[in-house]
Amino acid sequence: MAPKYSFERAEHRALRDQIRRFAAKDIAPYAHQWSEAGEFPRDLYLRAARAGLLGIGFPEAVGGSGGDLSHVLAAAEEMVLAGHSVGTSVSLATHLIALPPVLAQGSQEQIQRFVPGVLSGEMISALAVTEPGGGSDVAAIATRAVRDGDHYLVNGAKTFITSGCRADLVITAVRTSGEGYEGISLLVIESSSAGFSVGKRLEKTGWWASDTAELHFADCVVPVANRIGEEGQGFAAIMSNFVAERLMLAGQCVAIAELALQESISYAQQRRAFGKSLSGFQVTRHKLAEMATRLAAARALTAECVAEQLGGTGSPVRAAMAKNCASDMCSFVCDEAVQIHGGYGYMREYLVERLYRDARLYPIGGGTREIMNEIISRAQSG
Amino acid sequence: MKIGVFLKQVPDTETKIRVNGSGDGIETGDIKWIVNPYDEYAVEQALRVKEASGGEVVVVSLGAARTLDAARTALAMGADRAVILDDEAFQGGDALATARALAKVAEKEEFDLVFGGRQAIDSDDSQVPQIAAGLLGWPHATWITGFEQGDGSVTIRRAIGGGTVEVARVTLPAVFTCNKGLNEPRYASLPGIMKAKSKPVARYSPGDLGLEGSIGNDGAAVRLSNYRLPPPRPDGRLLQGETGDQVKELVRLLREEAKVL
Repeated sequence: MAPKYSFERAEHRALRDQIRRFAAKDIAPYAHQWSEAGEFPRDLYLRAARAGLLGIGFPEAVGGSGGDLSHVLAAAEEMVLAGHSVGTSVSLATHLIALPPVLAQGSQEQIQRFVPGVLSGEMISALAVTEPGGGSDVAAIATRAVRDGDHYLVNGAKTFITSGCRADLVITAVRTSGEGYEGISLLVIESSSAGFSVGKRLEKTGWWASDTAELHFADCVVPVANRIGEEGQGFAAIMSNFVAERLMLAGQCVAIAELALQESISYAQQRRAFGKSLSGFQVTRHKLAEMATRLAAARALTAECVAEQLGGTGSPVRAAMAKNCASDMCSFVCDEAVQIHGGYGYMREYLVERLYRDARLYPIGGGTREIMNEIISRAQSG
Repeated sequence: MKIGVFLKQVPDTETKIRVNGSGDGIETGDIKWIVNPYDEYAVEQALRVKEASGGEVVVVSLGAARTLDAARTALAMGADRAVILDDEAFQGGDALATARALAKVAEKEEFDLVFGGRQAIDSDDSQVPQIAAGLLGWPHATWITGFEQGDGSVTIRRAIGGGTVEVARVTLPAVFTCNKGLNEPRYASLPGIMKAKSKPVARYSPGDLGLEGSIGNDGAAVRLSNYRLPPPRPDGRLLQGETGDQVKELVRLLREEAKVL
């Protein structure tokens, strides 16, 4: 049975077929090569747009393909299952976190300026919130933007920015006044701006095919026309997409675990030890059973939260639960997948070795496990 | 231009084929079904002809009820409507019986030209479009890798082996079967998938086509009575000993066992 979420209908299956065609042809044959190179060709964005991938979840009026979070998750899973490169998949998807604040609070003019070019694959977008001085503490953002006539002068640094090395548009959280959340604004900083520079390409545990950067702003000149919403509304604009973002991350965990499980089942059937296949041993079969069970549970919770979000009752608490449940499940499944593969599971040429490293991001990125638990526990104390 | 596409739904290439209990077919339970890959080139070429000259692309597919899924994929790529022949009486035929039904649809729909894949990857016959062309009295060109439209005729290219390319002019109406390399089939977009749901799908019965008794199993000239899987490939053998002895042994095995020398 092909994997799927409970919200999927015939159209999701049809979409998966198309994404599978693209990922199997344009990504899978190069997955290992791009991972080792730490980058994939830039024109893959254009090809992904032509295959209909980038527009999913965005209105047709702004160059999107329509569809909603349910289509985004189905397509994202197929990218991982058929493309075998988590790093490539996530770097091709940074617009899913960069563009929503622009669509939510941007003017019509800003939306037309920034969104269609990204969805057509001509421009790359990234979201820059985290700073070297503090990750989860968004309210403490120190990158400062000082108004000077019709532009801002921005000074500071951002780090861990996915697609940051070659993003054309960096949706950046900056401090325009005072302290705390109220002083945060959102600017679209173009990489061609004077004073903008990419510090260094960061070397990571996993997600190798995705470029991740530290960005520097030194008297970086940004037109006031590039501010999204009013001054002080930046935090709300970022927050508004947190539920969707965390459910997308949960979806990635489900996809990675599904792939690790499939790889493990087929390896266990082929690999022989002590005169029989690994799957001939109860210890292996039970491992696979437990992996599948935990995966099914995380998939079900993720699907339920997506359905709630689409029905208008989505909540940060439930999304935090889904993210934690799925990311811990993914770490467990990938660890067991490596174990089943034995020595080969520790070798770079084996897919599960890479998935194991990719999985380590999820309890950290997009809000740590501990921040998620904080969100959940605050709701308990009323 | 009214452009027809003969489309077949086939098991996914990664399917593990198993013979059914009675030995007269394959297990179809957990098969993932796809559009025959060569037929994707046919759909793409039909859409390109329509984009160049206007008209309508009609997908025709004979098969079980699920064949509608394959037709929907073509509709999502941009075809305008579908004709489905899923009546029980159409099933279980051979290439001739299937071609009879498809040719009748081509006649009824008054197609100006028809595209098909070079072969279906399940039965690998490479016969149906050609037989249909014969029944219609139309010319046909198979395994084409080039298609250029002229006035009332078409110039095609096809590889005929040894790196030689045959170029032929074909007058319309005609039937063409498409090979890899002809074009790059487009992806069905999400809006295309959504629109495909409401595109018209017609079903013809054997009576509608005046074909009672000459289609499906009743109309087949060839009946497949028994299916068997090829014997499993034996394990590889490693030769031992001195290199010279190994070479001698290898030559002996190739001559006496494999009988290839």
